[in-house]
Amino acid sequence: MSGFQLSAEGVEFVKSELKRYETRLSAVIPCLYRVQKENQGWVSPESVSYLSQLMDIPEAHINEVLSFYTMFNREPVGRHHVQVCCNISCAMNGARELTEKICKELDVKEGEVSKDGKVTVTRVECLGSCGTAPMMQINDRYYENLTSDSALKIIRELK
Amino acid sequence: MEIKLLTEHYDKPEYRSLEGYKKHNGYKVLAKALKMEPKAIVEEVKASGLRGRGGAGFPTGVKWGFLPNNGEPRYLLCNADEGEPGTFKDRLMMERAPHQLIEGMIISAFAIGSQKSYIYIRGEYDDSIRIVSQALKEAYAEGLLGKNILGSGFDHDMDVYVGAGAYICGEETGMISSLEGKKGQPKLKPPFPAVKGYLGKPTIVNNVETLAAVIPIVDKGAQAYRQHGTEKSAGTKLFSVSGNVQRPGTYEVALGYPLMDLINNECGGVKPGRKLKAVIPGGSSAPVLTAEECARANMDYESLAQLGSMLGSGAVIVIDDSNCMVDLLGVIMHFYHHESCGQCTPCREGTGWLNKIVHSIVSGHGRLQDIDLIVRVSEHMMGRTICALSDAAALPAISFVKKFREEFEFYVREGRSKVKGAAHVEM
Repeated sequence: MSGFQLSAEGVEFVKSELKRYETRLSAVIPCLYRVQKENQGWVSPESVSYLSQLMDIPEAHINEVLSFYTMFNREPVGRHHVQVCCNISCAMNGARELTEKICKELDVKEGEVSKDGKVTVTRVECLGSCGTAPMMQINDRYYENLTSDSALKIIRELK
Repeated sequence: MEIKLLTEHYDKPEYRSLEGYKKHNGYKVLAKALKMEPKAIVEEVKASGLRGRGGAGFPTGVKWGFLPNNGEPRYLLCNADEGEPGTFKDRLMMERAPHQLIEGMIISAFAIGSQKSYIYIRGEYDDSIRIVSQALKEAYAEGLLGKNILGSGFDHDMDVYVGAGAYICGEETGMISSLEGKKGQPKLKPPFPAVKGYLGKPTIVNNVETLAAVIPIVDKGAQAYRQHGTEKSAGTKLFSVSGNVQRPGTYEVALGYPLMDLINNECGGVKPGRKLKAVIPGGSSAPVLTAEECARANMDYESLAQLGSMLGSGAVIVIDDSNCMVDLLGVIMHFYHHESCGQCTPCREGTGWLNKIVHSIVSGHGRLQDIDLIVRVSEHMMGRTICALSDAAALPAISFVKKFREEFEFYVREGRSKVKGAAHVEM
């Protein structure tokens, strides 16, 4: 049996989401978010088995949804998930060079968790912040109109 | 010149709250609409010439008119999965004026006889999700949603559904699949969502801006709305301008506004010492325009179609002469390859090959025949798939190669960018 369990609150959330929509399947995405939140930012195979039993929805279906959407992490990530948009308007404003600088500052490769478990840096596609390029998202928050100085300052202040 | 039919109060922080919104005549048009015949609202929207502001530009009233009269429950879905690269106007609308969206949605729902709606917001938009959810709570507490809205006898429930990162969910049938709790893969049309949509029931999917635009139409009438814009492209439109301009941002102007006026007057032009090279006028799916074409372009559906491009979502990406077009096509192709949902072979394989071919050129390993290969692969991707993503990748690829062929040839011959010098090796 898996080691992962949702908190009592999390279980209540799952139960209420299952009733919230016209079809129970619609609860899968919100419940995967909940699992990710309670599992240090990623969805493990064990947590999928657990959720499948709790929701009474086949594991295969949950995995299908999990693997389709980019906001679900199927591997561990750092406490701070730094996502730098490198789509067109950001790329034109130096986002790719910025990503390299951030990785160098943190001594981490793109997509990998830093040794201390603190950060993961990834390049992502358009985050709808093109008028304030370049920009990055750290966990839920947007940081816009970045320069390499301002971005590195934000990165250094991450705890 | 900006014409602020929708964005007049966006600079006021109070406009975000129900109280502040009401202070500026918020929900007055809803009260008026609830006393009208629903059919009369549909007719008014038809007469206004309003077209979908999300990208496809389909006439809104006509779409509403496709709903069958079969007694089945009807759903209204607001497409707030703004993902077209270059587009950020829906985010502004949700963050600055969540009640405007809700009011537009209740009026639209009343017009089409729907008792349940969802606002599908992309998961990355944490602020929008929070602000719209809070506004929904306020609207329920005030009796603007739920049973017997404003004593009219009309019942309507509205909820937010949060996406999880997939460009394809901005395609209306992909969004429906996602809301149904599945992979966000588009469905074959017909049947169109108006006939068989969410859970097989009649469903209307409209963009955030489209739904908000219903308010001024019902308020002042179709004719007043048509005072703005051109005969076939009526009203105002929010344009998201980004890239190499001095003042990027969202600007509301009448449709038909000259592109160069938008760039030079509203956005302050390109940076001093730089020259305009190209503009992508409607999001990264739209074929690129050369600087010479930009001088002739007006921002309406017909004018841009005549130039072989499209208005799309109104995302204007301005490119100056410091950019390498081969490199930028590489960025765009990486995106479509990443976002192809994979169910149709021409798209799954085609976007993959385009990405590989362009990146082999970008890394300095291209062959001259690869340039024509980009066009040939692209031509085989169009009109052969369930949704428009395949075409959305092929169209910019063809336009970049045809209009900036010399840059591609230079890159292949010299193994480096004509503009930037060294070959890029990343991605």
